[in-house]
Amino acid sequence: MTDTDIALVPPKPGFLSRNRDTLLRTLVPICVVICLVLLWQFIITVNSIPQYILPGPLAVANSLYNDWGTLSPALWVTTQITMQALALALIGGVSIAVFLIQSKWIETAFYPITVILQVTPIVAIAPLILIYAPTTQVALLICAFLVAFFPILSNMVQGLKSVDHNLLNLFDLYGASRWQTLLYLKLPSSLPYFMTGLRIGGGLALIAAVVAEFAAGSAGAGSGLAFRLLESQYRLNIPRLFAALILLSLLGVVIFAITSFISWFFLHRWHESSLKREN
Amino acid sequence: MSTSQAPLIPAPGETRRRPLVVMRSVSKMFSSGTLALSDMSLTVEGGEFVSLLGPSGCGKSTALRIIAGLGDVSTGTIDWPSSRINSKGLPEGDISFVFQEPTLMPWQTVFGNVYLPLKLRGVSKSSARDEIMKTLATVGLQDFADAYPRELSGGMKMRVSIARALVTKPKLLLMDEPFAALDEITRQKLNDDVLRLWRETGITVIFVTHSVFESAYLSNRIVVMKARPGRVHADFPLKTSMSRDAHYRTSEDYRQACEKVSNMLLEAIGGEEH
Repeated sequence: MTDTDIALVPPKPGFLSRNRDTLLRTLVPICVVICLVLLWQFIITVNSIPQYILPGPLAVANSLYNDWGTLSPALWVTTQITMQALALALIGGVSIAVFLIQSKWIETAFYPITVILQVTPIVAIAPLILIYAPTTQVALLICAFLVAFFPILSNMVQGLKSVDHNLLNLFDLYGASRWQTLLYLKLPSSLPYFMTGLRIGGGLALIAAVVAEFAAGSAGAGSGLAFRLLESQYRLNIPRLFAALILLSLLGVVIFAITSFISWFFLHRWHESSLKREN
Repeated sequence: MSTSQAPLIPAPGETRRRPLVVMRSVSKMFSSGTLALSDMSLTVEGGEFVSLLGPSGCGKSTALRIIAGLGDVSTGTIDWPSSRINSKGLPEGDISFVFQEPTLMPWQTVFGNVYLPLKLRGVSKSSARDEIMKTLATVGLQDFADAYPRELSGGMKMRVSIARALVTKPKLLLMDEPFAALDEITRQKLNDDVLRLWRETGITVIFVTHSVFESAYLSNRIVVMKARPGRVHADFPLKTSMSRDAHYRTSEDYRQACEKVSNMLLEAIGGEEH
């Protein structure tokens, strides 16, 4: 549009121009993925790389379809463990954070313990947990919980302590009880921090579920995706390994999408992080 | 240091009542060892509009916070001769506070923010609705009940803050440099609003400011404070036969009031250097 070309009434935008941004945002990444997959198939074909070293996308898709009977229950198990661990971590993280901020002394006494739990590599305690836990499933759950729990806890503690001092004064002035201050001020005000914890925790729960299953794999009765992945490796069934890997990635993407949506849903009306910047 | 505290003169035409709040020899030492307030005595009658004026560090905000019960006194007492006192020694629901920042909860709508004091008292939303909408109307925000604070301008946020302070129908409104961060036009508008609310509701206001013009425009009594340590330098009534409006701003009365207040403030600041 040139300077002379000024329309008094802007033309009614058509569907394409109205949704151009959204369309581009969706189409461009999809095209890139398709190109990469094509390139992958091309390289395999041209160099005739054997399937047990690097299977092509067709072989992986084939395996995904044929082995769905084996892979889908495994996917379900991993999903369950991840989600349960995340749920427990949310409940545990938030309630322990609320407990920790009750007094300086409680925090001083207990915070180091939570840090020790966090910094200890989970793979290192997985064998121990396997001994004490009644079933492998419970052991995996505990591992994933321990990993996902800490970012939620530390973010929550930070959030609960970052409440606007004047608002705290205001609540004092109106004689708010401890419970009212927690419910109406501290918890809502730490919601952005909680959401950060949720997004990090969601990703970590899946990673921990996989890592724990790697550690527990030898303990038998494994049926999660991580176990299927190892098993495929032992059997040199590399297409199935890739198929399991893709399912894990997809699960990760879905968890990320869900946690991001939850975060957006609760914050978009009021928090700067979810607002479009307009200048 | 020559000026002593002027004895309290009741405003003309006002019947003598029991004072609303009495500070007796109040001192406040911070944990850092700073003496923020030294031997301050102040008696505020119902219906007064008192400005606490002084340079920064004179303890005017500290005095206001102490009156509000935010923070303990080191020595001295605060009495509420005409209020029902709760277990914390504060008058039950009689004080409201407006901070320098609007101090709104960003996750609540304008309505939710104004509802807060009533919610904390256990009033249900439906029975509070009328009162909230009425209060919002007095500050001209009845159409913004469902807006979030981030959607409002600085002046509008301040109005919400004032509405929240008024919704409990307090006897005493404490304002801590409420308009210091606003532009001059908004500030004048809000000054007029506060004066109107003061006249309409008969509320008592203690207003902390560092602006000579603001204090001279608003108050019928001015307490000038000096710093290091914070104490009362002068305490005098400011009378005018005029109504305080745009016309008053350009009048001789206002000029004289500003001059008087300004001289007192200069004295308070000058006394520091000797």
